[in-house]
Amino acid sequence: MSLLALKDIHKSFASAEGPVAVLQGVSLAVQAGEVVALTGESGSGKSTLLHIAAGLEPVDAGQVLFGTQDMAALPDAGRAQLRRGTVGLVFQQFNLVPSLSVGANLAFQARLAGKHDAAFCTDLAARLGLADLLSRYPEQLSGGQQQRVAIGRALAARPEVLLADEPTGNLDEATGDAVFALMLELARAQGTGLLLVTHSARLAGQCDHAIHLRNGRLA
Amino acid sequence: MTLQALLSHWARNKMQLAMLLAGLTLATALWSGVQALNAQARGAYATAAALVSTDGAARLESPSGQLPQALFVELRRAGVLVSPVAEGRFIMGDTRVTLLGIEPLTAPPGTAAALADGDLQGFLSGGGYAHPETVAQIGASDMALTPSQAVPVGTVLVDIGTAQTALGMADQISHLMLTGPAPDAMPEGLRMAQADAGAELDGLTDSFHLNLTAFGALAFAVGLFIVHSAVGLAFEQRRGLFRTLRSLGVPLRSLTLALALELALMALIAGLAGLGLGYVMAAALLPDVAATLRGLYGAPVPGSLQFSPVWALAGLAMAFAGAGLAGGQALWRLWHMPVLAPAQPRAWAIASGRAMRWQVVGALALGALAFVLGVFGSGLFAGFALLAAALLAAALLTPAALALCLRMAARLARAPVVQWFWADSRQNLPRLSLALMALMLALAANIGVGTMVASFRATFIGWLDQRLVAEMTVTPRDAAQARELEAFLTSRVDAVLPLRRVDATLAGQPGAVYAMRDHATFRDNWPLIQAAADSWDRLAGEQGALINEQLARRAGLWPGDRVALPGAGDVAILGVYPDYGNPLAQAIVTEDWFDRLYPDTPTRQLAIRTDDPDATRAALLDEFGLTAQAITDQAQAKALSLAIFERTFLITGALNVLTLSVAALALFATLVTLSGLRLVQLAPLWAMGLTVRQLAGLELARALVLAGLTMVLALPVGLMLAQVLLAVINVQAFGWRLPLQIFPADWARLAFWAGLAMLAASAWPAWRLWRGGGEPLLRVFAYER
Ligand SMILES: Nc1ncnc2c1ncn2[C@@H]1O[C@H](COP(=O)(O)OP(=O)(O)O)[C@@H](O)[C@H]1O
Ligand SMILES: [Mg+2]
Repeated sequence: MSLLALKDIHKSFASAEGPVAVLQGVSLAVQAGEVVALTGESGSGKSTLLHIAAGLEPVDAGQVLFGTQDMAALPDAGRAQLRRGTVGLVFQQFNLVPSLSVGANLAFQARLAGKHDAAFCTDLAARLGLADLLSRYPEQLSGGQQQRVAIGRALAARPEVLLADEPTGNLDEATGDAVFALMLELARAQGTGLLLVTHSARLAGQCDHAIHLRNGRLA
Repeated sequence: MTLQALLSHWARNKMQLAMLLAGLTLATALWSGVQALNAQARGAYATAAALVSTDGAARLESPSGQLPQALFVELRRAGVLVSPVAEGRFIMGDTRVTLLGIEPLTAPPGTAAALADGDLQGFLSGGGYAHPETVAQIGASDMALTPSQAVPVGTVLVDIGTAQTALGMADQISHLMLTGPAPDAMPEGLRMAQADAGAELDGLTDSFHLNLTAFGALAFAVGLFIVHSAVGLAFEQRRGLFRTLRSLGVPLRSLTLALALELALMALIAGLAGLGLGYVMAAALLPDVAATLRGLYGAPVPGSLQFSPVWALAGLAMAFAGAGLAGGQALWRLWHMPVLAPAQPRAWAIASGRAMRWQVVGALALGALAFVLGVFGSGLFAGFALLAAALLAAALLTPAALALCLRMAARLARAPVVQWFWADSRQNLPRLSLALMALMLALAANIGVGTMVASFRATFIGWLDQRLVAEMTVTPRDAAQARELEAFLTSRVDAVLPLRRVDATLAGQPGAVYAMRDHATFRDNWPLIQAAADSWDRLAGEQGALINEQLARRAGLWPGDRVALPGAGDVAILGVYPDYGNPLAQAIVTEDWFDRLYPDTPTRQLAIRTDDPDATRAALLDEFGLTAQAITDQAQAKALSLAIFERTFLITGALNVLTLSVAALALFATLVTLSGLRLVQLAPLWAMGLTVRQLAGLELARALVLAGLTMVLALPVGLMLAQVLLAVINVQAFGWRLPLQIFPADWARLAFWAGLAMLAASAWPAWRLWRGGGEPLLRVFAYER
């Protein structure tokens, strides 16, 4: 049984010219400890697919399963519980809590989930190059620094499934590679299922699988 | 075309438009409503003045009260232009009125105007004129009454003959109005007195109107803050549009003009709406204001509002001025904006930490000023300046104090969501600070005025218990009946204490001298604020007089000083007694002396001490044949006084509700304009596993917490305000000083209302968040920016 399974997902958005079908029957599965790369052109629906997997976006048709648990069968509070404890999310941007310091942001989800481990958190911060920035606030960080905080925050909570939307998009190549390596290492060590959106064919090549989204379908 | 492009913004941002219009409408409404109230009251004073004198004319009166009518004929023969007046309190139908008897042929023009459209024949044969409201209050009566707007409320204008008969003043008059130049030599036993009742009322009621105006200005300013933030936000959001239009070749001049035109259009719409609302508000408040003015100053103000076009124009002008003031900055910035200015991410009104530091500095400076005024200042103006400085200082200090509280709370918090709650509240504080300052002012004003009124009520009730010791009072029809009553009662009851008074000017102030019988009732119960040694014995020994607190404070006269009484010269002051609810000066001398000083003064009331009020009442009704109306028992009198007291402070209640509503509206406006920004702050928490319902609940909780903290901060400020009101403003305005008392139950009630107002202000954004589900939050992540 897979950790996360998406079955025949359909999703369209309303627009001025009528509904635009973004996803038209997408199915995929992520196993424990497996790293899956998701590629596709800009606007192909990668972010949408991630949001659906996280239970943030409702689907028009299809199923999202965590283990045997059908997402659609859960009430709002249940989905929130799932996001809190099971899923880790790294967005493209706008993902830090502006009123909390870097240190508090890093620990926030882990504490919400009741899985906070101070030593692990400190270690993560050091490995992400954030050790000197812990008392700063998000608005005082560069885009790349913010993104590393977001990644650290998701990793610190040790989620079962980590969904990351272009996590290295704002990083220079060297830093991007280092961060990517860290994610891979922790996912494998902790048995985390990792679904990763990336533009880089080089990074996709290092993953267990790579799937490509085009015209609403996986190719 | 340009204008169209500009206006399309509002179609997309309806809420913003609504806030802008609401702010301007409210500002105009409150300001012009208050102006309407003031104008109406001042108009009523002028009516009262016109009726009894030509502009600034004096009157001739006898120090001892009444005058023989023959004197009038004598003076007219001697070529002095005078007109006789007979006036007195009189029970008519269901109410008590001032019966004003005049001689229509010689009366001043103001009086003639009141008669102009009436039926003179009917007037001469016993009819009367009264304000429509007074006519309605009287109900059924024997007298034929003609309604007239030219007669002040509470007065019935009749022919002098009619008044003399009704008041039992055969061949006597109260005074003579001077309608021409003053006589060269003052006739024997007469003196001049200023008769300008209007000016007198103007002076007495000034502080009240100053209060109202200050309130109107405060509300106007808060309204402008709302407008300013809405205009500023709209400007920032349309920066891009301005740039596009300019790069498309629209000249800066036309763009500025279009923006100004847009502002003018809004001012016109909001101004008209504000006038309508202001009129409705003033009409709704006028009965309360009229009751307050009548209760405090006996000012005859009618309870129905009249429309004046000048007022409407002035109100519209205020709307335009307000829009200009609030939008001027935006226009200025547009004028100075380079064509290709980069989009500035700086939010429109973020007060940074530096701004807060300046606020603290300003608050300290104002606080020092308030302190200096409190220690060295004197007079009504200094009192108001002290209040303004202290309130402003407290308002400026509010954000910094709240920030401190929130920081400490965050330190103590353990759970992550709670920690976030405090940190997030603190981060959003600068954006909310203006609205919270308004809330602080409203709460402090509520506490201050509420404490003042409640302290007053407590003191007043205690004082009533002391003063109203007589088991019952009887109002005789005339002097003859008074004598008969006294004779009738003397053997039946423990004591009959007659009340006699003559109007007099005391230390330059309008007032009256009263007679007091030497009796244990007074010695044992009459409260004195300050007394000379053996004051009661010396009063009985005709060695001096008691004066009321108003006179003592205004004229600075205390036991040991002397005061001039008409006909008696300077007499020693033996004591000062509190005398609440009466604006006029009073002096009391012992009865025998009074009767020698002012012979033939009619007895107006008889106070009766008796163990058996029921039997006395029955005797008065059955054996003496008095009407039930002429008898008031102690309980009735207390109830009546308390009812007058409550009516007196009706307007403060209404104003308190209004200030709180304005603050709530300012908060609502701020929270609504901020709700877009909030989404960005809330979305990450939602993604990390908080439900929208929890987030909405936290938004409401934040509003409550801020209201609660503001309330706690407002408490000391409000108490200080109450202290200034009681010890400075009241003394200046009314002439009495009261001890401050504390009423925590009132605070609890206010805290409840403040919480409710905060909930109401935050309910809509929270409800929208909750109803929207994740959808609006998701959009924060979905669009790449
Ligand atoms: N909330 C939404 N409303 C309307 N259209 C949307 C919404 N979210 C995404 N879209 C549209 O769906 C398409 C896919 O977007 P997205 O998933 O962000 O693509 P990607 O991440 O692959 O670049 C785009 O055309 C985008 O404009
Ligand atoms: Mg995307």
